[in-house]
Amino acid sequence: MTDRLDQIFVLLKHWLLGYLPESWQTPVGVVISVVCIIGLYPALFAITTVLERKGVARIQNRLGPNRVGPYGILQPMADGIKSLTKEDIVPTSADAVVHFLAPVILVVTVFMGFAVLPMGRNMVLVDMDAGLLFYFAMGASTELSVFMAGWSSRNKYSLLGAMRAVAQMISYEVALLLSSVVIVMMTGSLSLVKIVEAQNHYSYGFPHWFIFTPWGLAAFIMYAVAGTAETNRSPFDLPEGESELVAGYHTEYSGFKFALFFLGEYVAMFSISALGSTLFLGGWMAPLSVLQVVPSWIWFFGKLFVSMCVFIWLRGTLPRLRQDQLMNFAWKFVLPMCLLNLFVAGLWRFMGDGWLRWLVCSAILILAYVSIGREGMRRQKFGPRSYRYAE
Amino acid sequence: MLGDGILKGLVETARNFAGSYVSKERMTTVEYPEERLPLPEAARNFPFLVYDGDDWEKGLRCVACQICEKECPPKCIYIEKSKDKKPDYVGKPQIYPAKFDIDISVCMSCQICVEVCPFEAIKMNTEFELATDDRFAGLLLDRKQLSRSNEYYHQIHPTEASEVDARLAEEKAKVEAKAKAAAEAAAAKAAAAPAVGSPATPAAKPAAPVEAKPAPAAIAAEVAKAPVAATAPAAPKPLPGTGSDGTAPMSAEDKKAAETPAKPDEGEPKAQGEPKE
Amino acid sequence: MSASSIKTEKLAGWNRPPVIESDGEGELLEVAMGPHHPSTHGVFRMDVVLDGERVIKLKPVFGYLHRNHEQLGERQSYLASMPYTDRLDYFCSLTNNWAYALAVEKLVGQAVPERAEYLRVILAELTRIQNHASTIGFLLQEMGASGTPLMYAFREREKILDLFESLTGSRMMCNYMRFGGCRVDASPAWIEATRKVVSGLNSFVDEFENFLMTNEILMARCQGIGVLKPDLAVNAGISGPMLRATGVNYDIRKVDHYGIYDRFKFRVPLGDHGDIYDRYMVRMLEMRESISILNQALKDVPAGPVMDPKAKIRNFRPKAGESYGRIEAPKGELGFYLISDGSPNPYRYRVRPPSLINLTVLEDMCLGSNVADVVLIFGSVDIVLGEVDR
Repeated sequence: MTDRLDQIFVLLKHWLLGYLPESWQTPVGVVISVVCIIGLYPALFAITTVLERKGVARIQNRLGPNRVGPYGILQPMADGIKSLTKEDIVPTSADAVVHFLAPVILVVTVFMGFAVLPMGRNMVLVDMDAGLLFYFAMGASTELSVFMAGWSSRNKYSLLGAMRAVAQMISYEVALLLSSVVIVMMTGSLSLVKIVEAQNHYSYGFPHWFIFTPWGLAAFIMYAVAGTAETNRSPFDLPEGESELVAGYHTEYSGFKFALFFLGEYVAMFSISALGSTLFLGGWMAPLSVLQVVPSWIWFFGKLFVSMCVFIWLRGTLPRLRQDQLMNFAWKFVLPMCLLNLFVAGLWRFMGDGWLRWLVCSAILILAYVSIGREGMRRQKFGPRSYRYAE
Repeated sequence: MLGDGILKGLVETARNFAGSYVSKERMTTVEYPEERLPLPEAARNFPFLVYDGDDWEKGLRCVACQICEKECPPKCIYIEKSKDKKPDYVGKPQIYPAKFDIDISVCMSCQICVEVCPFEAIKMNTEFELATDDRFAGLLLDRKQLSRSNEYYHQIHPTEASEVDARLAEEKAKVEAKAKAAAEAAAAKAAAAPAVGSPATPAAKPAAPVEAKPAPAAIAAEVAKAPVAATAPAAPKPLPGTGSDGTAPMSAEDKKAAETPAKPDEGEPKAQGEPKE
Repeated sequence: MSASSIKTEKLAGWNRPPVIESDGEGELLEVAMGPHHPSTHGVFRMDVVLDGERVIKLKPVFGYLHRNHEQLGERQSYLASMPYTDRLDYFCSLTNNWAYALAVEKLVGQAVPERAEYLRVILAELTRIQNHASTIGFLLQEMGASGTPLMYAFREREKILDLFESLTGSRMMCNYMRFGGCRVDASPAWIEATRKVVSGLNSFVDEFENFLMTNEILMARCQGIGVLKPDLAVNAGISGPMLRATGVNYDIRKVDHYGIYDRFKFRVPLGDHGDIYDRYMVRMLEMRESISILNQALKDVPAGPVMDPKAKIRNFRPKAGESYGRIEAPKGELGFYLISDGSPNPYRYRVRPPSLINLTVLEDMCLGSNVADVVLIFGSVDIVLGEVDR
């Protein structure tokens, strides 16, 4: 029974395809899966915008939108109608073709990343052997669209904003890759399905997620930081900050194209969270073995929801980092930690089973974190201060 | 350790998030217009004119002395005096404002007009939902729109209104007592000597001891016959230069300018104890 | 008098680089930030010349909110100027009222009853707390913390404004002080309500400080930015928390002994580096000191009149003379200079706005820093355009 619930979408798809002749089954099957993905994630995006506004509002001791629909859940409809009916202004000196293509490319490449993510048991669109590589190739293409947007606007400030954004994204791409490489090292495979399989056993009821290992935890934290920076979310959202001079790469966009940029950013967030949960949190695995009665796709989307909540929480709390501080942080802190993590993961593998490897690896990582952190702050000459009073 | 300040901040935020569901302190939103916060008693928005009784025209306390017009900082009050007099709530003829306009797009709610009014005629209203789509005439309130009854004043500012009423009643009692004493003295004088002496002196002597004596019924009838404006012109604060003696009526003041000295329908020349203090 | 005949001397500490002319190659970027800008505190313009990201020249342009306050003061009587002083620094209307009342009381030698003095101190310290909380909130808002600390600060500010409304009638434009005391008396219920609010303020300041003081991002963005040296600050006439953050011990409450501040024990916090972080922390510590003053003042408010019975409301004609009354407003030294010629209207009515004087060193603080920092430095000066432009 639980098995059927778990595989309900797969069974549904096979039942539908049963009505078609043999030769049509594969292409139509692919089309059905693609349509599902393209329909599902924008709906999640709509819900996330309301969630974000209400979440940030509650953090600030106020109610969020609550007039459109009960508890404001129909707010995205209102926002959608607004952005669709706005006039689409294209600056006269702008490069019209590139200007048009930039949001299109963003959306297309962002959705491509979902092709290799396993959303449940047997629920992956394409089971590629080099799935992770494909994912990162698509992810890097999103930076192209950011640059296209800034360039085509023929606006000094947009160009500056786009260059900053691209610089930031490239720096953190390295960190992202290096933290995922650890996982590849340990499982020996680039295929996301195999990575989930490698985590798919329980001992004493607790799962073998990679996050529960020292190198996995460190890699997960680096991955989370890099992921936040990749999608230009707070505290790394200087390129789109409103209170700064440079307005950002999507200044010249209005109406539906702006909505597409927005959509692209949120779906990229989903995509990175999904990859993160696949690599570190076991993908569609349940947290405890007794909870395996709940279908796998519910766990997958639950982990996605939790990641969204953490993103919203970070946004409501932290101020922005300045651009040069961002880059400093990436190259002088995150990158060395990632490299060290690779070394520690190798050490883990070669030390063999037992409590010793836990101790040694954790000690190395904690020591490195504390000393690099302290050294970095001391170099920049900032730290807590004490104040005196006049006599 | 690097990052613990950020973690502390995150904990604080989470506490606020959770608190916003359970405690009123952390969710202070009042969903206007379905819920409204009660205004404190001292709140002020724009002025209004107080009238006693039921008829706003007859009971308007304002006597068009134009002090508020002079003192208003942005000069948003425009007063035109009437040519005739109308009897006010107690029957004494007073001039009244034929026009009393306040431009509330200019008024800055400073309350100086209330402070300087000697007749307790203008007070601050608390109504703030005054939006209109007529940009000029809609925000120019005239005499009728500005008038509100004393009961309304009690509703919005209960403590203040009670204090004002107590003050006015005290003034009225004083005036009535004075008028009674003056009537008695004048009657005694008329009985004793043919010529009435200086009107000030007989009024002056009994004035001091009869501060708060209530008038007996017979004298009250006389007092009622001789209309003494006891409520309207009562001065709440002693203006400099006036004492609490009966010679006050003779001192030159703004209030004198507002009222005509001669009242043909009165029996006693001095019974028009202009209740001045 | 031509411009060349005006002698200007080079002030100590004023190390400004020479004016850079644009060399026509377009390498330098000239930008006007404002007057419509989400981070300028009102209508204010800064013409910055940028070399890449660094600021080479910065010219502040203001006057967009000029409302002829001083001219109006000459046209109307002394009392009628009182509501206009509310609108100078519209966040702190009660301290503006007090400064003006102090100036007029000095002019005529008017005494103030004791209860009125206590009420003045209580209201001024409440004003200081809500102003500093809002300033810190705005600073963080500009840093991108999406308004969260601002909302917390405003939550407390609302409680204080409710107190103001129940006493004076209006939340922000209070018009409460008069020459010779205060306008209306505070009921015992109000004193009780104030005690309650003040007792909750300590935990708020703790929360606020905890939230922000050790935040690494805040430290990285604020420490070492916008440094102001003490000798430049003194020479340029800076006052208020900005001056104390550079380490100069000058608090008018302690220097002038105005009001009854001598009766209360409070300390003056000083900073060491003069950067944005120090200014922000000095304000935080001043909030704590204000809470301590409030606790002391609320304990023993004496009974009595709140207005000197001999004070005149109307027909107020001071003798000819001049006076300068100043107080420690939350933003700095707020002073009123009055010249009277015996008529009901002043002959000259001049406001010394702390925000304007503190802005004169904006360029010196911003030279060489990033554009993103200019916004923060400007926020840390804590200006209100109503005061700058009058």
